[in-house]
Amino acid sequence: MSSVPVKEIKIKKAKVSKKAKMYNRGAWIYALPAFIPLILLSVVPLSQAVWTAFTDSVAGLNVKVSFIGFENFRRLSGDTLFWQSFKIGITWAISVTVLSLCLGFGLALLLNQKLRFLGLMRVLSLVPWAMPPVIVAIMWNLLLRPQSGPIEGLLTFLHIPGAKTDWLGDFNTAFPTVVLIGAWVGMPVITVSILAALQGIPTEMVEAAVIDGANAWKRFRYITIPAVRSITSALVALNIIWNFSSFGLIYVLTAGGPGGKTFVPALFAYNEAFKYGNFGYAASMGVVMALAIIGMLAIYLKASKREDSQR
Amino acid sequence: MKTKSKVDLKNIPFEKKKRKYYLIPTYIAVIFYILFLGFPFLWMLSTSFKSPYELLQLHHSIIPDGLYWQNYIDIIEKRGLINSAKNSLMIASITAVLTTVFTVPAAYAIARLRKVFSGIATGWILLSQVFPVSLIIIPLFMSVRRLGLLDSVWGLVLVYLVASLPFALWMLKGYVASIPVDLEEAGAMDGASSFQILVRIVFPLLVPGIVATALFTFLNSWNEFFFALVLIQSPENETLPLTLARFLGSEGQVLLGPLAAGAFLATIPSLLIFGIMQRKLASGLLAGAVKG
Repeated sequence: MSSVPVKEIKIKKAKVSKKAKMYNRGAWIYALPAFIPLILLSVVPLSQAVWTAFTDSVAGLNVKVSFIGFENFRRLSGDTLFWQSFKIGITWAISVTVLSLCLGFGLALLLNQKLRFLGLMRVLSLVPWAMPPVIVAIMWNLLLRPQSGPIEGLLTFLHIPGAKTDWLGDFNTAFPTVVLIGAWVGMPVITVSILAALQGIPTEMVEAAVIDGANAWKRFRYITIPAVRSITSALVALNIIWNFSSFGLIYVLTAGGPGGKTFVPALFAYNEAFKYGNFGYAASMGVVMALAIIGMLAIYLKASKREDSQR
Repeated sequence: MKTKSKVDLKNIPFEKKKRKYYLIPTYIAVIFYILFLGFPFLWMLSTSFKSPYELLQLHHSIIPDGLYWQNYIDIIEKRGLINSAKNSLMIASITAVLTTVFTVPAAYAIARLRKVFSGIATGWILLSQVFPVSLIIIPLFMSVRRLGLLDSVWGLVLVYLVASLPFALWMLKGYVASIPVDLEEAGAMDGASSFQILVRIVFPLLVPGIVATALFTFLNSWNEFFFALVLIQSPENETLPLTLARFLGSEGQVLLGPLAAGAFLATIPSLLIFGIMQRKLASGLLAGAVKG
């Protein structure tokens, strides 16, 4: 998604000259119309959200709200249901990210070759991105529907055991199925970004490697992998963030069921706030989720930095 | 980007053998991807043309017995889909226009400002992507309620505007950065004011980027589900995803045909936009501007 802009910013930095800086001194005025609503409706609510997490705020107008310190967090730390959901959320975010990265990388490699059906694949690779999450959920629901869905038909035809499984309703299969659908949705952004990086590899470089006798694996290892390394790091980080707080797909597919097997924390917080009306308590869940994301990112960034310095 | 290859790869014997060997697994992968990506959509399309009688049968095929248009008539006439589509279209268009109006000058400022400011702005944009929507939704809900815009199309526009601004800024900033500063410097040398530079030099070059950003914003608002679920309550204010989700949720009595028809109709604008975007993004307006 943002692969193109990221690349170009670097180019720009090198080019800004003193003259450019001089006449751009007044440019901040242009930023005002965007930053005033952004601050009013994004900085303010965010601080409010953090504040709400320390209060006993509940739904309903004219209810007195009072500051209760860390009470919500104390209660949350003992809430086993939430931590169970939290674990599901982390497993979900990581599995979807890894699976969609593998699938997207594979597709990008194929799209970068001269093959038949390339045009068709190129168009199809964008389809999941273009579809509203709710429609994706409806579509997969149609596919996986027991008794009429084609997946069951195919598996029965091939005499594969377990063909009659209700994939989204079964305790054991619901989570993996939802992960697969999540990866289906996440693929396009990854494919497009990695493909852009692959196409940036100079043809001369590959040719030189071929002439020098590098085999396909060596070319992959020493040309392809370094070329996509930085964009892949960014994609992993972004996808973990998006997936951890994603909501729509699971809400429509399983609504957290069966038996809470797909009950991600975003869904948990949503229920707490808008089903039971416990705004303060739900906000504290949001704060914990934000901290978890920041924590995961920190670990990830540190790891990828260390890897870079080792090379 | 891609230069014409000077060495004919096919004349390298070692390589030729390798290539043939690769083809079988490669095409198996191609078929897998085509089915994995395309089949779900095709199945939905086929379901939308199946009659209730056909849908009741076990294991119906992908090719419907006939084109049963009644599903489309049903979903449009009886299920209030037209009204939801109107709401969705209005909300997404207004959001796209407002987002563009707000972000173009700001993106220019961020891209061209001194490092400190642009660093802070970029940091904030990235940070706002980190916070889960489930955190921000509660205060947004309370603010919208205080403004009296709960369960209204305008409340949703307001929320979508805020939600779109960071990413639109990020995207446009990239486009501004790709406009060579040389062009603006030349303008400054010729005595143009900074406002004139923005309007006469930057804006025309930025048109493809603006179109892409606006379409992207439109699409995100058109597809959005979570905020709509929280902020909209009455059926006449529902957006398309809400109506369709409610339709699926009414378990037991799910009418698959009309549901598939509605889902397909709701996807058309998104598919169209992606078709347009691909071409717009590829247009090399800049390449000419720098050299010429």
